[in-house]
Amino acid sequence: MQTTLGSPTLSAIVSFLVIVALTLAVTWWAARKTRSTSDFYAANRSVSPLQNGLALAGDYMSAASFLGITGLVALRGYDGMIYATGWLVGWPALMFLVAEPLRNLGKYTFADVVAFRLRQVPVRIAAAFGGILTLLFYVLAQMVGAGNLITLMFGLSYEWAVIGVGVVMLAYVLFGGMLATTWVQIIKAILLLSGVTVLTALVLARYHFSPGELYAAVASRYGQAALEPGGLVTDPVDAVSLGLALMFGLLGLPHILMRFYTVPDARAARTSVLYATGFIGYFYLIIPVVGFGASALVGREIIRNVDAGGNMAAPLVAELLGGTPFLGFIAAVAFATILAVVAGLTLAGASALSHDIFTHAIRKGNASEEEQIRVARLATVAFGVLAVILGILFKGQNVAFMVGLAFAVAASANFPALLLSIVWRRFNTAGAVAAIATGSTLSVALIVLSPTVWVDLLHYAAPIFPLRNPAIISMPAGFLAGILASLVKPEPEAEARFHDEKLRTYLGVGAE
Amino acid sequence: MKPSVRRLLDSEEFRGLVARRWRLSIALSSLLFLLYYGYIILIATRPGLLSRRLGDGATTLGIVLAAAVIVGAWALTAAYVVWANRYYDPEAARLRARLQGD
Repeated sequence: MQTTLGSPTLSAIVSFLVIVALTLAVTWWAARKTRSTSDFYAANRSVSPLQNGLALAGDYMSAASFLGITGLVALRGYDGMIYATGWLVGWPALMFLVAEPLRNLGKYTFADVVAFRLRQVPVRIAAAFGGILTLLFYVLAQMVGAGNLITLMFGLSYEWAVIGVGVVMLAYVLFGGMLATTWVQIIKAILLLSGVTVLTALVLARYHFSPGELYAAVASRYGQAALEPGGLVTDPVDAVSLGLALMFGLLGLPHILMRFYTVPDARAARTSVLYATGFIGYFYLIIPVVGFGASALVGREIIRNVDAGGNMAAPLVAELLGGTPFLGFIAAVAFATILAVVAGLTLAGASALSHDIFTHAIRKGNASEEEQIRVARLATVAFGVLAVILGILFKGQNVAFMVGLAFAVAASANFPALLLSIVWRRFNTAGAVAAIATGSTLSVALIVLSPTVWVDLLHYAAPIFPLRNPAIISMPAGFLAGILASLVKPEPEAEARFHDEKLRTYLGVGAE
Repeated sequence: MKPSVRRLLDSEEFRGLVARRWRLSIALSSLLFLLYYGYIILIATRPGLLSRRLGDGATTLGIVLAAAVIVGAWALTAAYVVWANRYYDPEAARLRARLQGD
């Protein structure tokens, strides 16, 4: 099959320009409404549950999951579906364990909740460290992926692609703050969900709208094995460890947690999780159909020839079924997806730097609104420029494991500190610092010693740590460190304030 | 702390509400664990079961189970939201009102 992938077509350029123009217009509108810190970090808590549900979905559904999972299903069949399920199951856990208390206790960042009744300076620094570490791994993977994808789809050079993403997303965050970022996520989520829906419908239309017929076509071309578990999940311990990181990592992702402050109250936070879970579940339910469609209609050989990792399976099947115009649209949607995710990460990184480190750790909470906004914008530029530099430095490196690492750090450092601070009266400053320090160091160290880095990247013969994802060890270790340190160094003031905290956690009295 | 706040926090109703909230959370989280890790462990230990075909078609039990995990996870979330909207919120509002009444 002939493909126009890799050369900029008129339809790709037009779709791309329309999306950028639309999002910049939204940013211009949002910029006029962004004055206070509450506007900049939390969209003045004016976002509706449906809007926040879409924005959460937008923050979470990255280009890596859209293009990556379709590719995985296209090339490896059923194993790609197993991987897809893991990305959804964190959402119910987020609902049951942290969403409502987080909304009631915090103001702009998850560190607000952890530091609520503890000593501000050490806890703010520790939580900002855990948060920024998570965000840096995440943004690095996004930036390198963005550079590669844009090069593949538009033929643009890697460096210009990374710089382009950096400049446009900085415009969103810098001028429009959380309001613009939220609307960029909403636009992106709607485009992505409708793009994938149309693609799924086009695939199924070839098979009389019967998934069974599609599966039969895949089986007749690549054998029944394409519909059976392959080599992805063989070791149950390794599989459960990855599952733990995916599930509980979500509960420690700063850019996701931050979204709960954009809605008016805990009830709206709860409803927005239900919407988000619905949109994301629908997304992961239908993208395997696109993947199977790509392998049955385009063929694995062609997909692999365009990109060995299979990332171009979705664009290729889009071109086959909808022609060049639809390919242009899908490519532009993938680009919008990257922009939106990076914007969300940058806003979260900026808020950790400015709200947690500058306002609370350095200024002890005494900074004027104007000064806070100015520092927040400076921090936005700093984080954005860092993301671009990291993206360029890591050109050509295999950074796919970085997303797993981000989830492992989030699950092992941020999540234990957050959950313990909400539920355990005796949790204190020493415990919070110990949980975050242990969880983050251990997850980084173990992933370096694991087969993922030690064998695949550093080419040693045997790994020192046997599991590909460390969460099954590092997450319990984070909890254990938090509990032990709290028991060893008791803090009566923090315990005494737990009562006040409960009033706010469960009844929302005094919530922002 | 004001005595009215103290009384409320120590009251049977407040403590019961908090306890019920966490009991439900833990029960639903356990179901989620069973659903997802059960599925993963089944793949690792009994791949043959998931490869079983349904009827004459090519569709395997594994495909149906993967979809069931996603739909099941959403259903658990919905169950919590229904409970919290119908039971928790009115109860919390009643307790808050009592605090203002004092």
